[in-house]
Formats: sequence, structure tokens, C-alpha cells
Amino acid sequence: MTATAAPPRPSAPAAQRPRRRRSWSGGVIGALGVLGAITTAELLSRLAIVNPDYLPPATEIFADLWRLLGEADTWVALRQTVTGWAIGLAIAMAIGVVAGVVIGSVPFLRAFTASTIEFLRPIPSVALIPLVVLLFGTRPLSAITLVVYAATWQVLVQVLYGVADIDPVARDTARSYQFSAWRIARTVIWPSALPYVVTGFRLAAAVALILEITAELVIGVPGLGRSIGIAQSSGAVTETYALVILVGLLGLAVNVAARAVEKRVLHWHPSVRRSLG
Amino acid sequence: MTRHPVIRKAFFALALPLLLLTAWWVATANSTSFFWPPLSEILATFPETWFNGRMVQDVLPSLARLGVGFALAFVVGIAGGTIIGLFPLLRALTEPVMEFFRALPPPVLVPVIALFTGYTGSVGKVVTIALGCLWPLLLNTVEGVRGLEPVLIDTARSYRLSLWRRMLYVVLPGASPRMATGARQALSIGVILMVISELFGANRGLGAAIVQFQRSFAVPEMWTGIILLGLIGVLLSVTFQFFEKRVLAWYVGQRDIERGA
Amino acid sequence: MPMKTARLADEATETATLTAETKAALDVRSVQKTYEGQGRTVEAIRELTFEVGPGQLVCIVGPSGAGKTTLLRCMAGLLELSGGEVVLDGRPVTGPPDGMAVVFQEYGRSLFPWMTVRQNIELPLKEKGLGKAARREAVDAALAAVGLLESADAHPWQLSGGMQQRVAIARAVAYEPSVLLMDEPFAAVDAQTRAELEDLVRSLWKRLGVTVIFVTHDIDEAVYLGERVLVLSNRPTVLLEDVAVDLPPERDQLSTRSAPRFGELRGHVYELVQAAKLGQRPGGDVEEP
Ligand SMILES: Nc1ncnc2c1ncn2[C@@H]1O[C@H](COP(=O)(O)OP(=O)(O)OP(=O)(O)O)[C@@H](O)[C@H]1O
Ligand SMILES: [Mg+2]
Repeated sequence: MTATAAPPRPSAPAAQRPRRRRSWSGGVIGALGVLGAITTAELLSRLAIVNPDYLPPATEIFADLWRLLGEADTWVALRQTVTGWAIGLAIAMAIGVVAGVVIGSVPFLRAFTASTIEFLRPIPSVALIPLVVLLFGTRPLSAITLVVYAATWQVLVQVLYGVADIDPVARDTARSYQFSAWRIARTVIWPSALPYVVTGFRLAAAVALILEITAELVIGVPGLGRSIGIAQSSGAVTETYALVILVGLLGLAVNVAARAVEKRVLHWHPSVRRSLG
Repeated sequence: MTRHPVIRKAFFALALPLLLLTAWWVATANSTSFFWPPLSEILATFPETWFNGRMVQDVLPSLARLGVGFALAFVVGIAGGTIIGLFPLLRALTEPVMEFFRALPPPVLVPVIALFTGYTGSVGKVVTIALGCLWPLLLNTVEGVRGLEPVLIDTARSYRLSLWRRMLYVVLPGASPRMATGARQALSIGVILMVISELFGANRGLGAAIVQFQRSFAVPEMWTGIILLGLIGVLLSVTFQFFEKRVLAWYVGQRDIERGA
Repeated sequence: MPMKTARLADEATETATLTAETKAALDVRSVQKTYEGQGRTVEAIRELTFEVGPGQLVCIVGPSGAGKTTLLRCMAGLLELSGGEVVLDGRPVTGPPDGMAVVFQEYGRSLFPWMTVRQNIELPLKEKGLGKAARREAVDAALAAVGLLESADAHPWQLSGGMQQRVAIARAVAYEPSVLLMDEPFAAVDAQTRAELEDLVRSLWKRLGVTVIFVTHDIDEAVYLGERVLVLSNRPTVLLEDVAVDLPPERDQLSTRSAPRFGELRGHVYELVQAAKLGQRPGGDVEEP
């Protein structure tokens, strides 16, 4: 059971409703909401409703974030985190897509592996933490292993859904014209599985970041997560919050980017065009 | 392979797991590697490690914290998500803030909550789990309520259903598939947080126990912990699916028919 | 007209006598509807005025996109008007009124997929405060009327489109409304079922004495079912003609449809709809769409 999971069951991204474009006024209201939340946090601290030793005023946190952004160490940590995340995600995508297409398009393999996948998938990736610590210590490889383990399932499961969703008529047509296996994979399987691959990518990107940060925080792999741990244990409360916000912004960037990729890739996809009429 | 469907099914369900277990057994049978003790040794260590009081003192409290944290998040997430989903203005106001909290990798909650409550007691752990589980539940409920079929809402309105009937018979069931998605995501985040909230400070609990084995280089015991955690994950997932299948039977049936058509 | 104005002015004191003397069950008074949406305004209904007497069966036809659904939703209190008012039994409609049932154009999506057919029909009756036994009886009667007794415990999505449609009708009928609004209820069913459902609607209407407003695309259907046929112009919509259907009240798929008068009426409505499509407005002027 790895963090974040499939959207409404076998998510058919094609069937998703076109999201209404956020109107200008919606954006303004949202900005007001953010402002309200920051003001509330500020007041909670300033009026000592919450102990300011535990929750510094928001303005101080942002000032500290600004200071951190001027320091080279922060950027090094950010780069380490992003690198680990990206490498892990890339490996997971490669394994997930290849394994998914192969297993998914051979009925025997599919039936043969189904129970094992169902069993292995819910195993929490954090169960592997002690093992990777023993094997790799605090090297980036520890984090990457956890990221790959957690993210691969997301991709694999989506690709399996996607391959299962192929129009059987299209496949039979391709077979009857005696297309080669490679050609069937390229012209029939890949295009119809693509929306699922992209959904898998979006889910995996979020999960990968969670595991990367977890590994940094818990194991001490270099990166933003470790910086948070160090700041907290050395009593630098304001810096802890500033780094947490930085990590949150990174998460937001990952989500937004992944959604943008999804939208871009699916934009020209025939299944989407069809559903948009 | 035989033509008999039951035997065929059993073959497909069991063949690969047995194959993998055998491979593990054989590959590690004469292992002298420190990290990869023989599977036979791991299995032999299992009972003495966990059934000598650890189950009650470590495992059950961990699961109880997960249960309480998840339940809190479930109630707050569904109530809050329903209210936010019903009022577009409230949604527009809170959406960016909620998106931020959803994007925040939940483990970073651990050091922040440690500031407030420390991590020796259960409160901090439960709060961590609840906060981590909250966002997927909340956001999915909002989406589910927002995505309700407008014709159904009009139907409820035109028959003048009272507020509570509309909630009970229309809004909640209509949003339930998305709520289940949120609950599934929340549960997997909850398990992660259950483990890592125990890794800070001197501690008891399933996660703490596994890390103590690792730190004291009790490798076979550590492996039993990994296996136990895996089994718990599978058990939770099976339980979840059991309830989901019951509650969402209509949804699965409808979807299958739509896909078939 | 002056009478109406007087009534409106002094509604409170005269309500009692008013109901007795009001002829119209449903009074649509210069209703206007313009959709305002992100930078786009659509004038759907320019001005519509007509009355429907209690227990009448009125059909509404008009080109696609004329605003028939819009009109129906205005009458049902589901849409806010841009002008004018809808008066039901002497009371202006501000929200979904009591005693009205609607069968939506998207009937399939108007059934709750998480409930069985029986529960779908029962829910509005619960709201009405009917006891368990009474509900059971009403549901059974409605299901029997549409010939779906065996499907009571199925879920809507397990039924065919035509069966779903009949469930939606059964739900409205079981509710025993005084006004029944139906929006192209038979658009998606095959010809055979359609004929059966048409006769079903007419027999239910006769038995229950309910006022029925029936929107359809099908000119034959409108003439066969209705006592009146309202023909709408294209958008922005006004009333093109109010055609009285002077066919005998006993109707029958074979003899009515082959009656010469049926053919005449049908031809007349057909010409009106064709003219409406070309942009014909009342008074003879043609407006470029
Ligand atoms: N919610 C809405 N927002 C903006 N415009 C709308 C909306 N609903 C309907 N319209 C527009 O109002 C006009 C009338 O629509 P309506 O659905 O009432 O037509 P109709 O006569 O029922 O058509 P049909 O016979 O195809 O069902 C159309 O031009 C439509 O595009
Ligand atoms: Mg319509």
C-alpha cells in the first residue's frame, strides 16, 4: 500500500469531464483564501493563542524562507531532493510501462501475476526502510530504492488498466492483418494505454516525492527532508516551518507540472477529443 | 493445466507466489550473508519475536493509533468536504490552501507536530496520522460532491426532498465513490505515518520495534518485522475492499455495464 | 386581463374565492429567460404567455434549441426567471412547488443509481409522509401501470433505456401530482414501446385527472396526445400558435392516426414547425436567426 492511489478505480482519464477553466474571479477568491490563512496563522501566533515558541508568526517564517533562498545550502538540498525524485521516478516509469505492457498484453502472464501484484502492491514501502538503511546507509540510493518501489506500482497498475481497456476489435483487426508484435504494441496498445500511462505518471510523481522526503527525513539521505530534521532537532523552529513551506511549494510545483503534462499529452489524444464531442 | 475452472483458478492464484517463496527459500537456504538470512531462519524467528508480548504491546497500539487517526480524518474530511463541496464560494476560497496541504508530503508533519506534543505519547502520533489522512479524504469528498449529477440534484429539488434526506439519499451516496478513493489514499498514507511517527525518540510500536532490530543488527527479527508490516498492509487492503465492494456495489455494477456497452 | 391584475393586487383577501373562480391551473405570464454565463448571454425565451386549465393535457413542440426545456424548468421552479411569472393554482412559483412532478429529458440520469427501482419511486413518497404500507401499495400500483412489477428490485442501470424511462414515469405517477411536466420523455425508446407509453400517459391522465404538460419533438405524438398543441418559434422564443386539437377524447393508435382530421392537424402543426425553423415569428415577420 503505497501513498496515494488510483483515482476512481480503473481511472479512465479519457472519461474525465473537461474541467471548467477557473475564472478570473475564482482566482481572486482563492488568493483571498490564501491571504486569510496566512493572516490567521500570523494572528494565532501574535496574540499567543498558540504558543509562539511552537508556531512563529507567518511573517517571520516567510522572512526566514527568503533568507534561506539566499543561501547556497538550500539550493544544494533542493537539487539533491529533485535529483533523487527524478531518477527514482524515471526508473519507476520505465519498469512500470515495460512490465505493464508485457504483462498486460499476454493473457497468460496477466492471470499468472495477478494475485502476486495484488499482494505486493499494498505492502507499505516504509517497511523497506530498515533494509535499505542496512544495505545503503544514508546514500541517495536508499531514497531512490524506496521511491522506485513505491512509484512503480502506481505506473504498473495504471498501465495494466490501460492495456485491458484496449478495444478488442482494434486488436483483432491488427492480428488479422498479421501485424508483428512490435507493431501491435506501437500502433494499437500504446496509443490506447497512453492516457493511463500519463495518469500513472501523475500519481507516481506525487508518491515519489513523498518517499524521497521520507527517506531524507527518517534515514538522513541528503536533501530538504534532512534539512528539516536538522532544523527541528537543533531548535530552529522558524527555519523548520520555512523549510516545510518550501517542501510544500515543491510538492505543489510537482502536482501542477504533472497535471500540465497530463493535459498536454491527452489534449491531442483521440479518446479525449471524442469525449469532448 | 486442467480444464476444471476451480483448479485453474487456484493454479493462477497460487503458482507465482509459491514459485517466488520457493525461490527465496532456495536462494537463501545456505546463505551466510549477514543481510539475507535463510528464509527458514526468518520464519523460525517469527513467533518468538512477535508472540512474546510484542503483539499486544507494540503492534496493537500502533494499529489502534492508525484506526483512531483515520477515523478522525474520515469524519472531519467527509463532513468538511461535503460542506465545502456544496458551496462554490467556500470552495473557491479554500481550494488553493487545500491544494497546498495536499501537495505537502505528509511526513514533514512529523517534525512540526513534534514541536507541539513531542513524540513519546500517543497524541502526537494520532494527530500526525489524522492530519495526513485528512487531505485526500477532504479533497476527494469535495470533488465527489461537486461532480454530482445535476439532473439528480434537480430531481431531488423538484420532489422537494428535505435537507437531511437530500444529504442522506442523494449527496452522500452520490459522492461515495470519490470518498472511497480518498479513503484508500488516506489509508496508505496513514500506514506510512503510523510507521514513521514511531521512528523519533525512544519509542514503542511496530515501526519502532523494526527500527530497533535494525539498529541492533538483529537482522532475522528485522525481516520478520518487514513481513509483518507487509501482511498488515495486505490485510488492511483486503478489509477495505471488502467494505468497498458492499457499499459501492451499485457503482461497480453500473460502471461495468457502461464499459461493456 | 383587468380581472387578473385585480386578483394579483389583492391576493391575500381573495385567495379563497380566487381558487374557485380561477380557470387556469398553470398560468404563464410574460415569462422571459436569458441565460447569463461567463461573458456569454443567451436569450432563450423572449416572451411567453399562456394558460393551462386544470386537468388539461397540453403538448409543446418547437425546433431544437427553442427553449422547451428552459420553459419547463421555469415552470418547475428550477430556474429563476428573467421576467414575468409563473402562477400555479393562484400562487406564484418561486421554487419547486408542491404537488408537481417532473420527468426530465435525461431520464436515465434522473434515477438514483444507488437505489433500486422501488426505492427510487418510494423516496418522494417518504418525503410526502406516507406510511410504509401506503408506500408499498403506491409503488406497486405505479409499477404495475408501467408494466415493471418484476423489475422492482433491480437497479436502474440494469434496465434498458425504455424501462428506465418507464421507471421515471412511474415515480412521477406514484407521487400523484396535480401537475405533471414531461420533457421529451419518449425520445429514446423504440416505436413499439413509444406507442404503448403514449397510451399509458393518456390513460393515466384520464384516470388521475392530472394537468399534463408534455414537451416533444414529434409532431404526430403531440397531436395524438394533446388537447392543445403550443407551437414555439425558434430562439429567442415566443408563442407561434396555440392549436386546439379537436379530436374525440377516445383515442386509439390505429383509428385516431388514420382519421382525416388527425392528418389535417398534423399537417398544420408540421407547417408551423417548418416555418418556425425558418425563423417565422407571429405576425408574419421573419427574423434572421
Ligand atoms: N445553462 C445554460 N446556459 C446557457 N445557455 C443555455 C443553458 N441551457 C440552455 N441554454 C441555451 O438555451 C437555448 C434553449 O435550450 P433548451 O435546452 O431549453 O432547448 P430545447 O428546446 O429543450 O432543445 P431540445 O429540443 O434540443 O431539447 C439553447 O440555445 C441553449 O443553448
Ligand atoms: Mg430540451
